[in-house]
Amino acid sequence: MTAAVDTIEPPSTSVGVLGWLRKNLFSTWYNALLTIVMLWLIYVVGTGLLNWAFTGARWEVISANLRLFMVGPYPPDQVWRVWLVVALVAALFGLSAGVFGGTIRTFANSLAAALATLAVLQFATGGVRELTTYMSSLPGQSPVQWLTTMPPGPWLVAGLVLVIGAYLLGRQRKTWRRWLIPLWLLAFVLTIVLLQGFAKNNWLPVVSTTRWGGLLLTFMLSVVAIVVSFPLGVLLALGRRSQLPAVKVFSVLYIELVRGVPLVTILYMTQIMLPLFLPGEVRVDNVLRAIAGMTLFTAAYMAENVRGGLQAIPTGQIEAAQAVGLNNALVTLFIVLPQALRMVIPAIVGLFIALFKDTTLVMIVGQLDLLGVGRSVLAQPEYLGLQTEVYVFVAALFFIFSYAMSFASYRLEAALGVGKR
Amino acid sequence: MERRTAVPFWRDVRVLTAVSQIVFVLILALAAAFFYSNLSTAMRQRGLVAGLGFLGRESAFEIGESLIPYKPSDTYGRAFTVGLLNTLLVSGIGIVLATILGVITGVARLSSNWLVNRLAAAYIEIIRNTPLLVQLVFIYFGVFVKLPPVRESIEFPGSIFASQRGVFLPRPVPTSTFSSWLIFVAVGVIAAIVIWIVLARHPRTRVVAFLPQLSGLAVLILIPLLGWFLVGAAPFDLERPIRERFNFSGGIGLSPEFSAALTGLVLYTAAFIAEVVRGGIQAVKRGQIEAARAVGLGEGQILQLVVFPQAMRVIVPPLTSQYLNLAKNSSLAIAIGYPDLFNVGATIANQTGQPVPVIMLIMGTYLAMSLFTSLVMNIYNRSVQILEK
Repeated sequence: MTAAVDTIEPPSTSVGVLGWLRKNLFSTWYNALLTIVMLWLIYVVGTGLLNWAFTGARWEVISANLRLFMVGPYPPDQVWRVWLVVALVAALFGLSAGVFGGTIRTFANSLAAALATLAVLQFATGGVRELTTYMSSLPGQSPVQWLTTMPPGPWLVAGLVLVIGAYLLGRQRKTWRRWLIPLWLLAFVLTIVLLQGFAKNNWLPVVSTTRWGGLLLTFMLSVVAIVVSFPLGVLLALGRRSQLPAVKVFSVLYIELVRGVPLVTILYMTQIMLPLFLPGEVRVDNVLRAIAGMTLFTAAYMAENVRGGLQAIPTGQIEAAQAVGLNNALVTLFIVLPQALRMVIPAIVGLFIALFKDTTLVMIVGQLDLLGVGRSVLAQPEYLGLQTEVYVFVAALFFIFSYAMSFASYRLEAALGVGKR
Repeated sequence: MERRTAVPFWRDVRVLTAVSQIVFVLILALAAAFFYSNLSTAMRQRGLVAGLGFLGRESAFEIGESLIPYKPSDTYGRAFTVGLLNTLLVSGIGIVLATILGVITGVARLSSNWLVNRLAAAYIEIIRNTPLLVQLVFIYFGVFVKLPPVRESIEFPGSIFASQRGVFLPRPVPTSTFSSWLIFVAVGVIAAIVIWIVLARHPRTRVVAFLPQLSGLAVLILIPLLGWFLVGAAPFDLERPIRERFNFSGGIGLSPEFSAALTGLVLYTAAFIAEVVRGGIQAVKRGQIEAARAVGLGEGQILQLVVFPQAMRVIVPPLTSQYLNLAKNSSLAIAIGYPDLFNVGATIANQTGQPVPVIMLIMGTYLAMSLFTSLVMNIYNRSVQILEK
């Protein structure tokens, strides 16, 4: 039944590499011109940049101050607590990846890859010597000291093992699903307790928040602000849609006032006025004031995001719930909120990215976040004039985290089918 | 008649509504009273006073740059105005430049040229995923501060100089024929507007792609150009900046702080505007363009009559919030020492030792600026939206 057909091959200029070039780079005369100009631009900028990065730049300003960039003035002998938090988060990520799969698995994969890369880098640059000294010091010490004196290399390996182990475990235990969100919240509380410590004990002495710094402070500021602003934002969003005029007016005023002023003025206000507003005996340190400012600010934006979700719930859902006899509170709690919050998850990730970048503003009120540490490093006489190196490093760190999160948010949006249901 | 079952008052919706609101207001009032009493105690203990009386006192501090004459013996009120004007200046110019760069980048992002498209995407991603403050300090400390000293300043075509002292541009200076030339400019502007309106209203000319806009533009350029030749001598001279030993004289000087703040804000906001523009153009359904082609419109007509009006509808609201963001973000210029509203305000707060009223004043001013911008953009937005019912 097959008839022999003489098929003529498409001309070689419209397929393959040549075809692609023709279609995408040289389709018209002005596109060709643009392409050539752009290629020249890339060549000039690219060679200049590579030349600088590999021969001109003095990267020792980064490697010599790496601990400062990561944890700031956090006491060096207590840094094992930060590592413990990293391990905890790695384990929870692995577990979530195993249980949920999908986007979180991609994330856990990149986390594992990052840990592996850092471990290799660490061992390649003197980590092996550190490890042997550590091993030889082990016999004379208690197990607690084994933990507290562990060098970065083994910690990174431990993190890697935990991600993979927890992932394999999670894959067997799909029913742990419902425990994961409580577990994450528990980890959040545990992290703060671990980093902060208690008074009057030998293992976890208090490290006041004024000594948190670097990337650690940047992360803690943004995570605490987003977690605390979430309930506030939901309440404000519900308040804005409330039928009670008093509640509504209050919510609208709060949201619009906060959204109308720059974040830095709010940070400045909490920095100076928070102590005035509280009774004289309550002392709030600078980092807590910054967190309060970030939270108050984020709550207003969170409220607007949540409101978007609330508005997208069809009235039929509410009417149906009322018809089966639920009262207003129950309708909101069990019908409206679960659907609305699910819809705004990608928007909240977007808000978190913005917040993560905005934490740099605490530098203006004198905190040692990642950017603040960069600035204090540059103030040391031996690193004068290395602004380019330091700020490129800081920008690159922010870029990696923000880009990873926006990628995740994009994937999440597709997975949740926002706007497609 | 059916007897209505009496609702007990604790289940009556009206009572419940009223009671819950009273409780809410009471809680708010109690919280406010608590904070207020703490505040007044603290302010009394620290010798702080409320009120804006300090605005009339002598400021006694220098401000790096100012649009209006200002000296340290002027009042705090005048210093505050200087800061406000600096904020308005950097935001105003920033909004215009960011819009131009943003539209170009947004269109480049949709280009069929793969290289242009990818480059625009790389620019947008890099800018959007790093904090503005990092970009600002990088541009200021990493670029503008590191420019060569005046003697070795970099010269760009058109007598533009860049050095440690900032950027210097030539300044147009009116000559004796300037006032007579101004008449031609005025005539040109009026004629352009009249021609544009007439052509845009007429059913025959209005559908020719960009005819009203282009003819208006042509008149706007041609009449002043004609005047240039008719008045005899050039209506203004270019005063070029002259390099001296330690600084430039003449021309327009832009301080390194202003240049860095403007560059940072424009590059940052343009990346966001580019995404807004791309989203707006992509929101116009393909079917619209295909239908327009099917009824025989040309490419220019499609752009002007089909794509543009529909894209604007999607673009304007997010564009407004980008403008507002730019104005609010200009407060970050404090990190590089540009004397904007927030920077001057913080200095006043430090000097007077009266932070509370100063913060209120700063926040109030930003709020007023935001509300005013939203108002203007809302009016414009209403003019591009579909008129329903």
